[in-house]
Amino acid sequence: DEPPARAAVPQAGQDGLVLLRRVGAVDPASLDDYRAAGGYLALRRAFALGPAAIIREVLDAGLVGRGGAAFPTGRKWDATARQPDHPHYLVCNADESEPGTFKDRVVMEGDPFAVIEAMTVAAYATGCRRGFLYLRGEYPRALWLLTNAVERARERNLLGVDILGSGFDFDVEIRRGGGAYICGEETAIFNSIEGYRGEPRSKPPFPVEKGLFGKPTVVNNVETLVNVLPILTGGAAAYAAVGTGGSTGTKLFCLSGTVRRPGIYELPFGATLRELLTLAGGVPEGRRLRAVLLGGAAGSFVRPGELDIPLTFEGTRAAGASLGSGVVLALDDSVDLTGVLLRIAAFFRDESCGQCVPCRVGTVRQEEALHRLARGSGPADVALLRDVGRAMRDASICGLGQTAWNAVESAIDRLGVFADGEKGRAS
Amino acid sequence: MSFAPEVLERLERDAKEIIARYPKPRSALLPLLHLVQSEEGYVSDDGIEFCADAVGITPAQVTGVVTFYTQYKQEPVGDYHVGVCINSLCAIMGGDQIWRELSEYVGVGHDEATEDGKVSLERIECNAACDYAPVMMVNWEFFDDMTPAKAKQLVDDIR
Ligand SMILES: NC(=O)C1=CN([C@@H]2O[C@H](COP(=O)(O)OP(=O)(O)OC[C@H]3O[C@@H](n4cnc5c(N)ncnc54)[C@H](O)[C@@H]3O)[C@@H](O)[C@H]2O)C=CC1
Ligand SMILES: Cc1cc2nc3c(=O)[nH]c(=O)nc-3n(C[C@H](O)[C@H](O)[C@H](O)COP(=O)(O)O)c2cc1C
Ligand code: SF4
Ligand code: FES
Repeated sequence: DEPPARAAVPQAGQDGLVLLRRVGAVDPASLDDYRAAGGYLALRRAFALGPAAIIREVLDAGLVGRGGAAFPTGRKWDATARQPDHPHYLVCNADESEPGTFKDRVVMEGDPFAVIEAMTVAAYATGCRRGFLYLRGEYPRALWLLTNAVERARERNLLGVDILGSGFDFDVEIRRGGGAYICGEETAIFNSIEGYRGEPRSKPPFPVEKGLFGKPTVVNNVETLVNVLPILTGGAAAYAAVGTGGSTGTKLFCLSGTVRRPGIYELPFGATLRELLTLAGGVPEGRRLRAVLLGGAAGSFVRPGELDIPLTFEGTRAAGASLGSGVVLALDDSVDLTGVLLRIAAFFRDESCGQCVPCRVGTVRQEEALHRLARGSGPADVALLRDVGRAMRDASICGLGQTAWNAVESAIDRLGVFADGEKGRAS
Repeated sequence: MSFAPEVLERLERDAKEIIARYPKPRSALLPLLHLVQSEEGYVSDDGIEFCADAVGITPAQVTGVVTFYTQYKQEPVGDYHVGVCINSLCAIMGGDQIWRELSEYVGVGHDEATEDGKVSLERIECNAACDYAPVMMVNWEFFDDMTPAKAKQLVDDIR
C-alpha cells in the first residue's frame, strides 16, 4: 500500500511547525477534525477584516510566491482586486511537476481543507467568485481528498452561496491535468483549462490583468496559499518576525537523495543548507557528499563547501543559486554526474512544448552536446553548450526554456564537470 | 459511433453537465477526454469524435489536444498500468535498471501492453515521491524502494 502523507514528514507531530502542523495529526478526510485543529478561523477573521485589510496583512507579512519565482503575493492580489474588468478568477497551481518537488502533494494529502480554506480567503480578498484547483493528473489520492474537502465544505456553507452569512459567494472546481510538466506554467494552465494544448502565452500581459478566459486572474501555488492562514490567524507582524528581512515565514523543503531521512521539512527561512541536511540525519556513513541540487531540474548545483548558504531567496541568489520550488537533492560521490545531466537534458527536451525556436532547438542541441561530452569530446562542446544556453535563457518565451540550462551550467562552473577531459565522474 | 446506446446516453448527459459549467464549451474538453478515457481505458477514435461533437470543434482539433498530454492514451492500456520513474533521482537510485529488467521480463516497451491486455508499461517522470526512490506506480498508486526483483514480483502478483 502507498505510504500515507505523514510518512513523508519526519517532523510530523513536533512543536513549532506552522504549515505542517496538521499533517499526520488530523484525519485529512474530516472537516470536524480540521475545525477542531484551528480550521476556518482564518476565514472568519478574513470576513471580519474585509478584502482591503486582508491584502494589507499579506503585504505586511512579506509573503512571496512559493511556486518558484518569489513574486510578492500581496502585490499580485492587490493588482487583481483593482481590475475593473469582471469576473475575476482564482487558480490554485497544484500541478507540481518540477523533478524533486513533492511538498504540495504532502500538504494536499495531509491537510486538504487548509488548501480549500486558503483559496476561499484569497478569492474573497481579490473579488473572485470562482476558483480552479489545477491538480497534477497523476495525484489520485490528492484528488480524492480534495474532492471530499470541497464536498464537505459545501455541505456546511463554507463554499457556495453567502458563505457563513458573509454575503460572499465562492466555489471551487478541481481540474485534473493530463500529464505535462509545462502545464505548471501559469498561462499554460489557462490554455489547458480553456481546452487547448498547454502552451504558454507571452507575458505581459500578466494574469492579474488578462488571465483565464481573458479575465483578471490570481494564480498561486499551494504552499503560498496555505501561508495565508497563519498570516490571518496570527497577524502579519508575528508572521514576519520569523525568517529574514527578505524572506519571511517558514519554508517547506523537499529533501531527497543521499541523506538518512529524506522527506518534507519545514524550517524558518534563514536556516543554512548544513542545518537542513543535519536535520535530515546527514549523509549516511561511508558516503561522501559530492553536490547538492537546489531548486530542481530548473535550479543549480552547489558544492559541499557551500553548505553555509542561508536558505533564503536573497541568500541563494547571492550565492548564484536559487531556492526555486524548495528541492534539495543531495548526491554522493558514487553518482555519475554526467548521467544526471543527461537525464535532466532529456527531461527538458521531452517537456518543451515546442512553441518557440530557442527552446525547441536548444534543448535538443544541449542534449546532443552532453552525449558527445559524455563520450569524451572536448572544450568545443562546452563552448557550444554556453552559446545554446545563452540563447535559450535570453530568447525563450517561458521559464522552461529560460531555465533549461541552469543545472548544466552550474555543474560545469561549480562542480568542474567536463574540466580537463573529466567525464563527469567525481574526482 | 460505436458506443452502446445506454453508454452514449450517459456520456451525453455527463458531457452536458460539464459543458454547462464554462463560459465556452471548449473548456470542457480535458474533463471530457478524461471521461471517455475512463469509459474505454484509452481515447479511441470514437471518443475523439464524441468530444469533438460535444464541444463543437473538429476531431483534428481534439487530436491536437490529446497528443499534447501524456496521460491520454491513444492505445488501450493494460488492466494494470505500471510506471517506472526514470527521472534523475530514481534513475540513479536504480530506476534505470528496474526499467531495463522489467521491460525485458514483461516483454513490452514504453506505452505498450501485453497481449492478454493485463499489463502495460510506461517510463514516467518524477512522480513526487522522491523520498522513497526508486518508485514505481500501478494505476498511479506508488510503490516505494523498488528493486528489479521486487518489480518483477509485483507484476507477477497482479497478473
Ligand atoms: N513548483 C514547480 O513544480 C515548478 C516551479 N517552477 C518555478 O517557476 C519559476 C518561474 O515561474 P514564472 O511564472 O515563469 O515566473 P515569473 O517571474 O514570470 O512570474 C512569477 C509570478 O509573478 C507574477 N508577476 C510577475 N511580474 C508581474 C507583474 N509585473 N505584475 C503582476 N504579476 C507579475 C506572474 O504572473 C507569476 O504569477 C521558476 O523560478 C521555477 O523555479 C518551474 C517548474 C516547476
Ligand atoms: C515550466 C514551468 C513550470 C511551472 N510549474 C509550476 C508548478 O508546477 N507549480 C507552481 O506552483 N508553479 C509552477 N510554475 C510557476 C508558475 O508559472 C507561477 O509563477 C506560480 O504558480 C505563481 O504562484 P506563486 O506566486 O504563488 O508562486 C512553473 C513555471 C514554469 C516556467
Ligand atoms: S520556452 Fe519552451 S516550453 Fe516555453 S513556450 Fe517556448 S518552447 Fe514552449
Ligand atoms: S525522481 Fe522518481 S519520484 Fe521523483
